[in-house]
Amino acid sequence: MSPRLRWRKFVSGFMLTMTGVCALVAVSVLFFILGYLVYHGGTSMSWSFFTKLPVPVGETGGGMANAIVGSAKLLFLASLIGVPIGFFGAIYLAEFSGGTTAFVVRYAADLLNGVPSIVIGIFAYSLVVLPFKQFSTLAGGCALGVMMIPITLRSTEEFLRAVPNALREAAMALGASKWKMIATVIVPAAYRGILTAILLAFARVAGETAPLLFTAFGNEFWSPGWNQPTASLPAMIYKYAIAPYDDWHRQAWAAGLVLLGLILIINIVARAVLSRGIAVPRS
Amino acid sequence: MATTTTTVPSAGPVAGSRSFLSRLRDGDEIARLVTFLFAASVVLLTLLLVFELWQGSALPRHKFGFNFFRTSVWDPIFDQFGALPFIYGTLVTATVSLLLAVPLGIGAAIFLAELAPARISDTLEFFIDLLAAVPSVIYGLLGVFIVVPLMRDYVQPALKNTLGFLPLFTGPTYGLGFLTAGVVLAIMVIPYIISVSREVLLSVPRDQREAALALGATRWESTWKVVVPFARGGILGSIFLALARALGETMAVTMVIGNTPIISSSLFAPGYSIAAVIANEFTEATGALYTEALIELGLVLFILTFILNGLARLLIVATSQRGGGTGHA
Repeated sequence: MSPRLRWRKFVSGFMLTMTGVCALVAVSVLFFILGYLVYHGGTSMSWSFFTKLPVPVGETGGGMANAIVGSAKLLFLASLIGVPIGFFGAIYLAEFSGGTTAFVVRYAADLLNGVPSIVIGIFAYSLVVLPFKQFSTLAGGCALGVMMIPITLRSTEEFLRAVPNALREAAMALGASKWKMIATVIVPAAYRGILTAILLAFARVAGETAPLLFTAFGNEFWSPGWNQPTASLPAMIYKYAIAPYDDWHRQAWAAGLVLLGLILIINIVARAVLSRGIAVPRS
Repeated sequence: MATTTTTVPSAGPVAGSRSFLSRLRDGDEIARLVTFLFAASVVLLTLLLVFELWQGSALPRHKFGFNFFRTSVWDPIFDQFGALPFIYGTLVTATVSLLLAVPLGIGAAIFLAELAPARISDTLEFFIDLLAAVPSVIYGLLGVFIVVPLMRDYVQPALKNTLGFLPLFTGPTYGLGFLTAGVVLAIMVIPYIISVSREVLLSVPRDQREAALALGATRWESTWKVVVPFARGGILGSIFLALARALGETMAVTMVIGNTPIISSSLFAPGYSIAAVIANEFTEATGALYTEALIELGLVLFILTFILNGLARLLIVATSQRGGGTGHA
């Protein structure tokens, strides 16, 4: 073996090993984050975290019950906005339209998807907070809902498109009208994919903090209604993490563990739904 | 579900209703209309977003014009608003993050696409996807409690001792600052670079690899001199995508950048970014000009990410179409 070839082989082996190291480093970050959160969050977690209200600085104990309920309310509102628009919009894109309209809708959705979340916050602020002159759960839900739309829309469309054309033709040949074909054949055939799309969109907005800062704002107590500011888990993590109190830091770790656990579980479930007994070939 | 489409409009015309109904083709036109309304609302929302940003930033746009981007005094009390420190901070942190994330991300993508068996590659990709799903406030939390002390006590002193002659690595080491924000951002954008680059690399046709190997290239040479150049456009797209994410990222940066509106040549110094100043000051902004100056910053962010995302999409689509075949080794 000539020295030159030996050198080339060495470079090849070395660089390929380095790429492996890169992959290992990237993936190990996930386990590091998980491990650290479980370690710190787990030791700070207690039953009262889920059942009690936050307590003033100096007192120990307390929890984030209001933030958990607040997050649930916000996500419920977000789904009310994001899921129907995403779902029916995707049906329009995949089944009814072609050409210019579809292009414009897709373009708008991609544009919306790329907008930084803090800008979505400004949008919801001027759209909902300013007219009502009030930070509110409603405004926060709208901000998250707007973020859900493009994710749900684009991936639902992908899954609808992946339904084989033969199914459409068969339904039409049996005399079904188009909407009947969509409702009874296409959507059921793609329902796993659609469920995955919705779950992923849900998980994505569940951890969003920036758009909530000046829409849902925050609250030390239970939020009495939909038109009042509310606490939420991500915003609480932010507030507690940058505060200078050790007790609050522990709460922030616990909240971080709950939030991350929730999001990772939804992600894993969403992917499991997709891969089990799949009716539709993935595009 | 689609049951909404079954309703026949109650106020249908009585005379000639038969032809009207047949035009409805058993409800198809209603279904089309209803779904169209939902689809159109997406376009409407997007237009409304642009309109609100433009309308909401009218005051500072007229008052300061281009000086908004050129001056560096941010003084709400005297109604002086110059965005330069924020733009500088945003660009510096994004640059630092890309310098760290691009080599690591592309390296990992090469491993996943070229080297790892499909099974391992898919498993690792699953973890990478999970990593991409971790919310930014969690990265911020870890940034505050792990990265900041680590930078303050170890990394920054070490850099200062070895590369201290460069103006980049001078001054006191607070921990909070451009460098820390860049590192946290890098960790956040790596999954995006890996996912997209891996897809693009996998779409490079198998012949390309085989031809290179047949000519006697080593595995690395075939990857680096043939496959990667073939996928160059798409990889560049993934970098633009990561850049757009890094520019718009709010929470993690806000928590570790130090939130001080000064321009400093040292990476150790605390700074500020566009997204961070909006997050911190929007709720307490008093007076129309102050609020609208922040909205104009939002507009700047929007335009930047709009351009980058557009470019990224073009590059990725163009490269994927050029490849077409799946080239899994």
